[in-house]
Amino acid sequence: MEKKHLKRLDLIFKNEHDTEEILAKVLAKKNEEIINDLIISGLKGRGGAGYPTGLKWKLTAEEESDEKYVICNADEGEPGTFKDREILSAVPHKVLTGMAVCARVTGAKQGFIYLRGEYKFLVPELEKAIAAFHNLLATLNLDFSVSVFIGSGAYICGEESALFESMEGKRGEPRNKPPFPTQKGYKAKPTVINNVETLAHTYSIFKYGPEKFHDLGVKDSHGSKVFSVSGDTPIPGIYELEFGMTLQKFVDDFADGDAKAVQVGGASGFCVPRKRFEKTVIGYQGTLTGPSLPTGGSMMIFNSSRSMYNVLHNYLDFFVEESCGQCTPCRVGTQQLLLGIQAVKKGEKPSLYLDKLLSLAETMRVTAKCGLGQSVANSFSSIVENFREEMIY
Amino acid sequence: MKVNLTIDNIAVSVDEGSTILEAAKQVSIHIPTLCYHEDLCVAGNCRVCVVEQTGTNRLLPSCAMPVSEGMDIHTNSLKVRAARKQVVELLISEHNAECTRCYKNGKCELQELSSEYILGDNGFIDLIPFKKYTIDNFSPSIIKDDSKCIRCQRCVRTCTELQSISALTVAHKGKEMKISSFYDKPMYEVVCTNCGQCVNRCPTGALTEKIYIDQVWEAICAEDKHVVVQTAPAVRVALGEALGMEPGEIITGKLVSALRRLGFSAVLDTDFTADLTIIEEGNELLQRLTKVLKDGDTSVKLPMTTSCSPGWVKFIEHTFPEYLDNVSTAKSPQQMFGALAKTFYAEKLKIEPENIVSVSIMPCTAKKFEADRPEMQSSGYKDVDFVLTTRELALMIKQAGIDFLSLPDDEYDSIMGQSTGAGVIFGATGGVMEAALRTAYEVVTGREVPFKNLEVTPVRGMEEVKEATIKLENVLPKWDFLEGVELKTCVTHGLTNAKKVMEAVKSGEANYHFIEVMACPGGCLGGGGQPIPTNLQIRQKRTEAIYQEDRLKAIRKSHENPEVQKIYEEFLKEPLGAMSHELLHTHYTVRNRQ
Ligand SMILES: Cc1cc2nc3c(=O)[nH]c(=O)nc-3n(C[C@H](O)[C@H](O)[C@H](O)COP(=O)(O)O)c2cc1C
Ligand code: SF4
Ligand code: SF4
Ligand code: SF4
Ligand code: SF4
Ligand code: FES
Repeated sequence: MEKKHLKRLDLIFKNEHDTEEILAKVLAKKNEEIINDLIISGLKGRGGAGYPTGLKWKLTAEEESDEKYVICNADEGEPGTFKDREILSAVPHKVLTGMAVCARVTGAKQGFIYLRGEYKFLVPELEKAIAAFHNLLATLNLDFSVSVFIGSGAYICGEESALFESMEGKRGEPRNKPPFPTQKGYKAKPTVINNVETLAHTYSIFKYGPEKFHDLGVKDSHGSKVFSVSGDTPIPGIYELEFGMTLQKFVDDFADGDAKAVQVGGASGFCVPRKRFEKTVIGYQGTLTGPSLPTGGSMMIFNSSRSMYNVLHNYLDFFVEESCGQCTPCRVGTQQLLLGIQAVKKGEKPSLYLDKLLSLAETMRVTAKCGLGQSVANSFSSIVENFREEMIY
Repeated sequence: MKVNLTIDNIAVSVDEGSTILEAAKQVSIHIPTLCYHEDLCVAGNCRVCVVEQTGTNRLLPSCAMPVSEGMDIHTNSLKVRAARKQVVELLISEHNAECTRCYKNGKCELQELSSEYILGDNGFIDLIPFKKYTIDNFSPSIIKDDSKCIRCQRCVRTCTELQSISALTVAHKGKEMKISSFYDKPMYEVVCTNCGQCVNRCPTGALTEKIYIDQVWEAICAEDKHVVVQTAPAVRVALGEALGMEPGEIITGKLVSALRRLGFSAVLDTDFTADLTIIEEGNELLQRLTKVLKDGDTSVKLPMTTSCSPGWVKFIEHTFPEYLDNVSTAKSPQQMFGALAKTFYAEKLKIEPENIVSVSIMPCTAKKFEADRPEMQSSGYKDVDFVLTTRELALMIKQAGIDFLSLPDDEYDSIMGQSTGAGVIFGATGGVMEAALRTAYEVVTGREVPFKNLEVTPVRGMEEVKEATIKLENVLPKWDFLEGVELKTCVTHGLTNAKKVMEAVKSGEANYHFIEVMACPGGCLGGGGQPIPTNLQIRQKRTEAIYQEDRLKAIRKSHENPEVQKIYEEFLKEPLGAMSHELLHTHYTVRNRQ
């Protein structure tokens, strides 16, 4: 397999052993400069929603509060993704550096890594890295400490406000927004919550400068992204690629030659059929990405032997289970979508019922309380619209 | 700071931090809601209150969304209507919508909403066959029917925020998500206090009181039964609401008329035993003060707390069992009445107690549980046979075809029908304290309580914790040890506040002699058996009515109630005496903490 169309990068996983130097260099800068660098770099959150990281830090820095927090979201619940796990085990110091700089900029004294329950095995190594990092911070006179919080195991706890609830010992249910985490996050205090990968990227920005980072990628999607490639591919795994590739190029590199669709962004993402590979570019403002894509960069390839009905069925099974259940459109809507496609498949409902389901999915998008319910329509509508015959026959 | 926006093209200016829902209310635009309740924090989970903001694709939950400058909101656009209709359709698809069999028929918020959106029969798939819904009808007070639940979590927020009990919580996620109790045990096995506050706020038929209407009809219609009915103070200022009247109307006379028309053999008054409670409980307080302050008896506990709210009693049994000796041993007015109905009253009227059926009309669901307590049989029979809520009575009045509004006023029967203003104010938070002070102060000093018109204003009102200190001066010789003592009292309502007070007592931070606790917000007038809806404004209206009723009474001090004086002469002999001990006092039980 020596197809090399795509530019594979090695920014994130390269272990450069220069934490002390980088950290000293950034901390010598003024807070405003650091924020400015981040804004110039164009870095956007890698946890799904794609919110500009510099702006998030800035807003939190501007809040008046005696207590603030920095949280690294390592809940990584999206099936088939494990890039955050890899980053945390290979280059934890990069993530910790990002957190520490964020703490200096915002005025936080305490940080947490919210670690997915299944990743408990990472804790001993992570604790070692944290201890070493604490020593380093002491020499730099930065009053900041990080602890690990083991998650509860529910997918929804990766959603930032549900994550805070869960850390506060409550049931993991998303909150109303506003207030946003930058205003009232963990313990109702201003909080920066960033994905593992986002924080690791800040390290590259500190090291190579914002311009270098900005030069990578395309309009509005800068830098690189770690993708988890799975499905019908001879080379599943984790790849760091530059933003801006077309799906056709991606498929040329990774698929088995028979790809009929790619699911971009996992269960909450979009399904792109073969006929659109050429036109589809991967990036935040591409034709695909919705306003809130809780994806960890999952790319799942389906070849022509796959039933898209089964694919959709699996996604809906997942949502029916993983919805927190609090809001009507998501709790009941997911059940209706699942039973609905089953009924159409069995001929108990006419194929026109699919249109009612499409309109339901749209209602869920505009009325559900959090990103989970809002994004069910992404996969549902893109699969039903592109593979309607497969739903019926 | 004011924020300007338009709602349905009407300009509105509201305080910063208001929600769109509040702003809409200001210009009389009604937005439907289900999970929202004025008494509770905002949940934003039902999503029927969504509205459209020009320029935003997603709809906004108006109950949770703060206004911002220049917003252009539409509450009834095509997009909003379509979404809202689908949300209602989704709720119905998960709901056992058998309205014709349901207690909430005609009084249900879900039903009302669905009647506004003609859903037709082209709905979603009925999910009921896929669900394993259960009904918990084991409690004597509360029925929980999961098949009627829309998961709005009003009950959970009520039980947690207002009552600090958390008997109801959310369990499971996704399609299994439900409202559950500790380990999904029946309500009667858990910490639930039966206060019914959740029932008062449940928008559907998922939480209701246990209904005893048919049993009461049977008793009324039985030839050989003498059915006495007692009416609690708070019923007379709220029943009207369930029968088409505005909150705050006093309907005591019509209430008596209606009960007579329903066929009760005697219409009597819990207010009478409220006065009696004051005598017993007031004397108990003085006895405790004597033992502690004069005799130095350390086995006697202070502060003493009231005992007339069965929700509070069960709460303290579960949560602060080490304080059970602090609870007044005086029974609640309902149970004093029950015990006397089948003894004193039976003797007087020469009726065999076994032929007496004693019914009470209560603002309360916990009273049903209280009547079922095994110790509440001191007459040798079940002292109170059936407890009906204000709501159940309203339904009986409708069933009987009585036009309530046109009823003439009528008077209570005697004996056990006469009462004072002190008995009436039992229905409001602070009322028991005020009534007790009117009597105890006079017993100790020989003078009236030093407040204008006997109105002990510091203990009145909706404040969470009210404190009043009354200095005892120029006391009668018998009470010389109380000379100069500052009697420290505390009044609270709602169990969240009660918990705070008890924690302050426990930590030694608070140093009271006497504490009044009512489990429900506002006292009994905000009880779990009162007409739905409830909110602060309604409770305030009822409160005003109660104090009005007090002002209109000829006699306003319990110890001056002639019937009370007579029952001591003829039957009880003396407060805290042997007869009182047997009939009017009780004991408490330590309960588990789950
Ligand atoms: C249902 C759901 C699950 C999510 N799970 C994760 C997750 O596992 N990891 C993550 O970083 N972000 C997750 N998010 C996104 C977070 O809410 C949040 O946007 C993110 O942590 C912010 O970090 P970023 O700005 O660095 O992307 C999830 C969002 C939703 C709606
Ligand atoms: S959209 Fe789904 S996951 Fe999000 S709050 Fe609603 S029910 Fe919970
Ligand atoms: S709860 Fe309401 S909607 Fe449901 S059956 Fe009863 S009346 Fe009908
Ligand atoms: S029981 Fe009633 S109040 Fe509680 S969630 Fe269900 S419908 Fe809402
Ligand atoms: S009756 Fe009172 S204590 Fe019991 S569940 Fe309802 S609110 Fe909670
Ligand atoms: S009333 Fe606003 S979401 Fe329920």
